[in-house]
Amino acid sequence: MINDTLQNRRWVIAGIFSAFVLLYIIQLFSLQIVETKYKTGAESNALLKKTIFPPRGLIYDRNNTLLVYNKPAYDIMLIMREIQDIDTLDFCRSLNIPTSFFIKRIAEIKDKRKNIGYSSYTPQLFMTQLNSEDIATFQQNMYKYSGFFLQNRTLREYTYPNAAHIFGSIGEVSWNDIEKDTYYKQGDYAGRDGVEHTYEKTLRGKKGVEILLRDSRGRIKGKYRDGEMDEAPIAGSNLMLTIDINLQKIGEELLNGKIGSAVAIEPKTGEILAMVTNPTYDPSILVGRSRSANYASLVRDPAKPLMNRATQAIYSPGSTFKPFQALVCLELGGITERTLFGCNGKNSSPIKCTHNHGSPVTLLNAIEQSCNPYFWQAFRSTLEKEGYGEKNAIFKKNYQDWVDAMYSFGFGHRFEDSDVYEQSRGNIPTQNYFNRYFGETGWRAITIRSLSIGQGEVLVTPLQLANAMATVANNGYYITPHLNKSDTMLLRKHETVVDKTHFPIVNEGMWRVFEYGTGRYFKIDSLSMCGKTGTVQNPHGKDHSLFVGFAPRENPVIAIAVVVENAGFGATWAAPIASLMMEQYIYRKIERKELFDRISTTVLNPNVKKR
Amino acid sequence: MSKRDSIQYAPDWTTVFYFFLLVTMGWISIYGASYDFEFEGSIFDFEQRAGKQFIWILTAFALGGAILLLDHRIFNYFAYIIYTTVILLLIVTIFIAPEIKGSRSWLVLGPVSFQPAELAKMATALALAKFMSRYNFKIKTWRDLIPLAFFIMLPFVLIILQKETGSALVFAAFLLMLYREGMKGIVLLLVTLAVVLFVVVIRFSISPITEGGGTWGMVLAMGILLLIQVVYAFFYTRHRKEALILLSGTTLFAFTSVVMNKWFVINYDYVALAIAGASGIYWLFIELFKRYRKYLLLALVTIVSIGFSYTADQLFNRILEPHQQVRIKVLLNMEDDPAGAGYNVNQSKIAIGSGGFFGKGFLNGTQTKLKYVPEQDTDFIFCTVGEEHGFLGSVFVLIIYWLLLMRILKIAERQRESFHRIYAYCVASILFFHLMINVGMVLGLMPVIGIPLPFFSYGGSSLWGFTIMLFILLRMDASRLERGR
Repeated sequence: MINDTLQNRRWVIAGIFSAFVLLYIIQLFSLQIVETKYKTGAESNALLKKTIFPPRGLIYDRNNTLLVYNKPAYDIMLIMREIQDIDTLDFCRSLNIPTSFFIKRIAEIKDKRKNIGYSSYTPQLFMTQLNSEDIATFQQNMYKYSGFFLQNRTLREYTYPNAAHIFGSIGEVSWNDIEKDTYYKQGDYAGRDGVEHTYEKTLRGKKGVEILLRDSRGRIKGKYRDGEMDEAPIAGSNLMLTIDINLQKIGEELLNGKIGSAVAIEPKTGEILAMVTNPTYDPSILVGRSRSANYASLVRDPAKPLMNRATQAIYSPGSTFKPFQALVCLELGGITERTLFGCNGKNSSPIKCTHNHGSPVTLLNAIEQSCNPYFWQAFRSTLEKEGYGEKNAIFKKNYQDWVDAMYSFGFGHRFEDSDVYEQSRGNIPTQNYFNRYFGETGWRAITIRSLSIGQGEVLVTPLQLANAMATVANNGYYITPHLNKSDTMLLRKHETVVDKTHFPIVNEGMWRVFEYGTGRYFKIDSLSMCGKTGTVQNPHGKDHSLFVGFAPRENPVIAIAVVVENAGFGATWAAPIASLMMEQYIYRKIERKELFDRISTTVLNPNVKKR
Repeated sequence: MSKRDSIQYAPDWTTVFYFFLLVTMGWISIYGASYDFEFEGSIFDFEQRAGKQFIWILTAFALGGAILLLDHRIFNYFAYIIYTTVILLLIVTIFIAPEIKGSRSWLVLGPVSFQPAELAKMATALALAKFMSRYNFKIKTWRDLIPLAFFIMLPFVLIILQKETGSALVFAAFLLMLYREGMKGIVLLLVTLAVVLFVVVIRFSISPITEGGGTWGMVLAMGILLLIQVVYAFFYTRHRKEALILLSGTTLFAFTSVVMNKWFVINYDYVALAIAGASGIYWLFIELFKRYRKYLLLALVTIVSIGFSYTADQLFNRILEPHQQVRIKVLLNMEDDPAGAGYNVNQSKIAIGSGGFFGKGFLNGTQTKLKYVPEQDTDFIFCTVGEEHGFLGSVFVLIIYWLLLMRILKIAERQRESFHRIYAYCVASILFFHLMINVGMVLGLMPVIGIPLPFFSYGGSSLWGFTIMLFILLRMDASRLERGR
């Protein structure tokens, strides 16, 4: 107690002590509770989240033949802030890439405009989908390149070079995909088209994650919390397709050198047995690093090999439309099984007949001989049977009935409940269309006469045509055509408006086509077959060659539609292709080797690259 | 007889409790900090740091106990001898110490190495206490002030020569003790002013006002000086007319120069200098001619501060080593270099920040264990507390330190002998300085200065040094009730 006034200074000193302690508590509060960036900083520091990609589901055909499987591939990843003293030249040599590529890639990765969400702490994709030979040297030297590491992946591999459009391909996800589905991260791969796209969620499985502890020098120090936070990857589910790969292969061989497509459906189940389109490509070229270059060259190809003609191309069905026309006219009362119409052959008006036969003709003969005048008169009779009425109202009602009936065969709309990727709608023209085109009362049966023979505005896809044929084979219903064998879709049964009783006569007419008509040269002796050829005028040159059919007549197992563009008569090209495919599917082999060789080796369109 | 003995053995148990708490928490934190996820060592493994620290702790307890057994008078008797011995040790160290991490401060004796600088604080405290408790000591006379400065500067310089700038800076802590013992309060304020001016000048030296027109650093520094003058005259001496004259005059001048800048390139550094210089002369004029008192000091402070501000840049660039300059620049957000010089502080903030409210749990801290934080068991030991025990644990530790400091102040004020009181203030000041710098550094509020957290950081020298220092105080305190002194 030497100096009492000085003693008060202890409070100043205590105040200074307390002020600093308080200041530090405030800073602690701000660092530990207010700020959140330090928490993520710590995670990206010490926890290396390694994604483990699950193997993608395998794809089999209907007979359990493996079609699509996986082979190992590697991604080269990098963490920007861990890259130290890298010998760029040596690095590039080990990967066999030019230095300019290295510099470009690094700049791209760092560019936050292109690489949204870039962080120097997180793994970034440097190169993707390399195979084991590509990375052999790199792997040996990897210890020299701190900051780089390998990530295992799988690539698709294909047993057959066929069915590319059915499978579709796998490509890197876009930012759009990532926004839509948080499962994806930048650099992930997903099915872009075909069943790879449709069944993406089944095939992809679930990514796993392994959380590793990493020290400040990037060394792995074991698993975080002994792996309790890890997630094992779940392999993708396998997919069995309805496709018969042998039939698909034969179909592709038959269409070799031609532009066209063929679709075969099992009528009872709606299962698509084959879906051939030509020109096509080997699915294995759209895998891995060569994908983008090959894809670009496919896009540039004027023959449009990327287009799936079986589902996307639309054609006037021509004479192959006649069986459906006959059924609809019978149902709507325009004709009966015994109705006769006259035919003046080439002198017929307004539509000429292209075949020579007697007159008048019955429905059976008309189908067998593909008599145009008969179907024009039947069509007119159907639409005009009760006159036109006030402002064509009655005529229009009948036309609407005709449209609805055609819809019920699957024409004019997509199979919305199907798993087939990218279908075209085709076209069955509506009243509105004609009203707009000709005026409310400006059109009559004669105006739209080309519809009677499947020309003009009627447009169908080969898939729709095959499906409609399956409907005829089933005597009045179809199951939505589909590609997934395990999804029976039997509940997706679509009845036509046509009564069952009308089918036998059309069935017989189509049988006659093979017995006596345009298809008789391609009949298989031991098989009763039904079919109809079509030779379709089109603005792009030579007629398209079409054929529809099913077999066996008594218990159909295959319904088929074939289109060969600009090939001429339906009987010349489409019919033998269909016949050979039916033979292949029913007998599992082809006896008519000579026919097969002739068709498969003929090049009708030199633009189509031979594979 | 019996009473004397019992008191000799009865230290201030509260302080001992805080000491014990801090040492134990430090030990556990060292175990946590040096824990390896792959080799899960025991806390008693003597090959590991925690095990070694355990030995240091046990020996420190023994040392503390031994000190309590000593006669309290020997500290006074031997104060100068201890001081001289330590000074000699420091000198010897400079010459024989091997270079470890750029400094020559470790004496290596076989397997054990020791840092004499840790003892210098205690020795200086004893010497200062003895010198200042002399009869007729007057802090305000040059006769006493010069030896006083000598006592402090000698170990300071020697430690600087050992290239342990951090440990040397600790000697600045004695200013607090001197303040308690009668040093003018203005000195503390001036030190604060110097720090503020230094920070402002350096921080804004990179922000030019206009091209070729000076920097914000100087203008702000002069603004601060002007503000101090106006506030002083307006509120303290209440010469409001003079304050307003100065304010309006300088404002007019500043405004004119801004307007002139439209036609001429005005260097605002010189404008600021002119304003501040003129105001300093103005106060001198008032002191001399108007016979208003109390302006001489203001005028002197102003002029010295102007000089200091204009040389701060040079001081910074010439005197400080490059790595020290970078540390200060990082602290002041002038450089952002999380991979380089800012790495330590950035990682330390990440470790503490990631702890959250409750922390990640004992031995679950990833940042400290995976060596992201540098020196995680010595200078940056507080990170482990922050990461594993969160806000709760960190505040708890800070509170214990605060309680300990408050307790020492209380002990200091209850001493009857000024020798004891002065020593107690030395201890409090040193502990506080370590806490302020160390925790401030870890939290990113102070530049990186490598000094340990008392009782917490790994290391025998510092633990022994602080333990000896504290227990000498406890021994002195225990003696105050003894009879027959």
